[in-house]
Amino acid sequence: MVESKVLPQRGRSIARWEHFSHVADVGIRGIGSSPEEAFAQITVALTAVITDPSLVEPREPIRLSCAAPFMELLLFDWLNALVFAMATRRMIFSRFSVRLRDHRLEGEAWGEPLDLARHQPDVEVKGATYTELRLFPDAPGEWVAQCVVDV
Amino acid sequence: MDLSRLRKLSEISWEIPPQGTMRVPAVFYGNQALIQQMDQKVAEQAANVASLPGIVRAAYAMPDAHWGYGFPIGGVAAFDPEQGGVVSAGGVGFDISCGVRTLLTGMARAAIAGYEEKLAEALGREIPAGVGAHGKIRLAEPEMASMLRGGARWAVESGFGEAEDLDRIEEQGCMSAADPTAVSREAKVRQRDEMGTLGSGNHYAEVQEVAQIYQPEIAQAFGLEPGGLVVSLHCGSRGLGHQIGTDYLREMVSAADSFGLRLPERELASAPLSSELGRRYLGAMRAGINCALANRQILTHRIRKVFQGFFPGSRLTLLYDVSHNTCKEELHPIEGRSVRLFVHRKGATRALGPSHHELPPCFAPWGQPVLIGGSMGTCSYILAGQTESEERAFSSAVHGAGRQMSRNQAARTWEGRELVRQLGRRGILIRARSPREVAEEAPGAYKDVSAVVEAAEAAGLARRVARLDPWICVKG
Repeated sequence: MVESKVLPQRGRSIARWEHFSHVADVGIRGIGSSPEEAFAQITVALTAVITDPSLVEPREPIRLSCAAPFMELLLFDWLNALVFAMATRRMIFSRFSVRLRDHRLEGEAWGEPLDLARHQPDVEVKGATYTELRLFPDAPGEWVAQCVVDV
Repeated sequence: MDLSRLRKLSEISWEIPPQGTMRVPAVFYGNQALIQQMDQKVAEQAANVASLPGIVRAAYAMPDAHWGYGFPIGGVAAFDPEQGGVVSAGGVGFDISCGVRTLLTGMARAAIAGYEEKLAEALGREIPAGVGAHGKIRLAEPEMASMLRGGARWAVESGFGEAEDLDRIEEQGCMSAADPTAVSREAKVRQRDEMGTLGSGNHYAEVQEVAQIYQPEIAQAFGLEPGGLVVSLHCGSRGLGHQIGTDYLREMVSAADSFGLRLPERELASAPLSSELGRRYLGAMRAGINCALANRQILTHRIRKVFQGFFPGSRLTLLYDVSHNTCKEELHPIEGRSVRLFVHRKGATRALGPSHHELPPCFAPWGQPVLIGGSMGTCSYILAGQTESEERAFSSAVHGAGRQMSRNQAARTWEGRELVRQLGRRGILIRARSPREVAEEAPGAYKDVSAVVEAAEAAGLARRVARLDPWICVKG
């Protein structure tokens, strides 16, 4: 059983995110027409573990970069960079863009300071894990990025 | 879990004999119903742990075991450094030294009746909890390093609590050989504002009533009387522990090939105990243990302040403080000689039997108090370690109920506000920040903790001393 959200389509974009079940924690998944789009969507799924992403105003951007020898490790680093940014900046994010090149990721996350009354945050994410950590092409023209996060 | 893959050793223990790459058996404790409830992944993960280098005797799964990361949660595994043994960041978990502390209030329900709503409010106000909560202390260097070296001892020296508290904490409140320099800058930044915070998820601070006594003599020695009130805390090493877990999981995965480790699952990522990485992780993980001990000590101080505000002259003393996500260097008898082993307990509590040399003298005749947290709205238990537990699972027992339903499924099954009302009708006050989190932590999302502790007792891991019923619960 999955919870899924389809975002407004941009051109032929199939960008969306969903959660999948893991008995102790939460599986997050981003789907897009490219690895970049899948990376951007999975972070919306990450925010959705904590609050409803539609409650988060994309007011200010932060820039993040990571480097890793293979793509799945880059995905692990990207998610953990967001977890770290949320914990230390007390911010929450709802819009993401990602550029991938030569095992490097340059990303932007747009969000706002955490507002307990408005965002009603549910649970904090401790970190991304290697469980179900995968980046793979699914249906033709679709890329899936997924991971179980520890809460 | 598919029973046909297991060999039945007794009514309460089962095994997968060594096969394939397994070096030792995987042993599962629990009655048939609990074993059947376990995810098939638990069998797979325990068998994987049994294949790691230097593992001694068996990979164990406690009656509350469930699917974890690499190691099952509710898993125990000991490694011999002289036999190429390893340490695993995944075998400790992200919330290093998450644990339970129980405080004796010396008060009965009647003393608080009438104040319970106000007390719940005050506890909710004074205990920073949930996402984005900051403590009242901002910890920068060099104080951060002192805390990471000193644990609860640092907290007591900083004015949080009393020196005699330290006698009632594992390691006397201070894990030795912690290395703050092995902890990343990111981990320290993450912890800067999180000292004295509860966290979220299944963490809580709870006022509980002693509802049933199973071993009157031990209960009396532990300070537990029928109808008496205690306060229990369930929390861990906060952002620092999570970041240490993240940092070292990544480093161990990247280095696995260089150690020649052929891992069936990346999350089993480990490093030889003799390697620089293994030693560095142990230093960082021990600093994480100290962070958790300091955190629970600061929270204890806040709870005492709240009680003193309502009940001047009240004195809350520690029953004990146990951690259930650790790797500890311990001596264990193996084939007639005492061997130094590194025992991973991930979602498992150390449970030392009577007269064990590491027990505080006050517990020597009875065994170590083993504190088992229930889920929100369900009971908790105090157990005592038993001598047989040494041969059963390196003196280890269960840690809690263990989840049986995912968070998403629980959120779809229950409605948070209605759940709070239902519990209220049973006289249980819940203070929570988010209705969805209440639904995710619904009692029905967890296994029956009573069945889990009965199985632990039947398996000789620890015996029941008292049952605690919840009254006021401040959710993380």
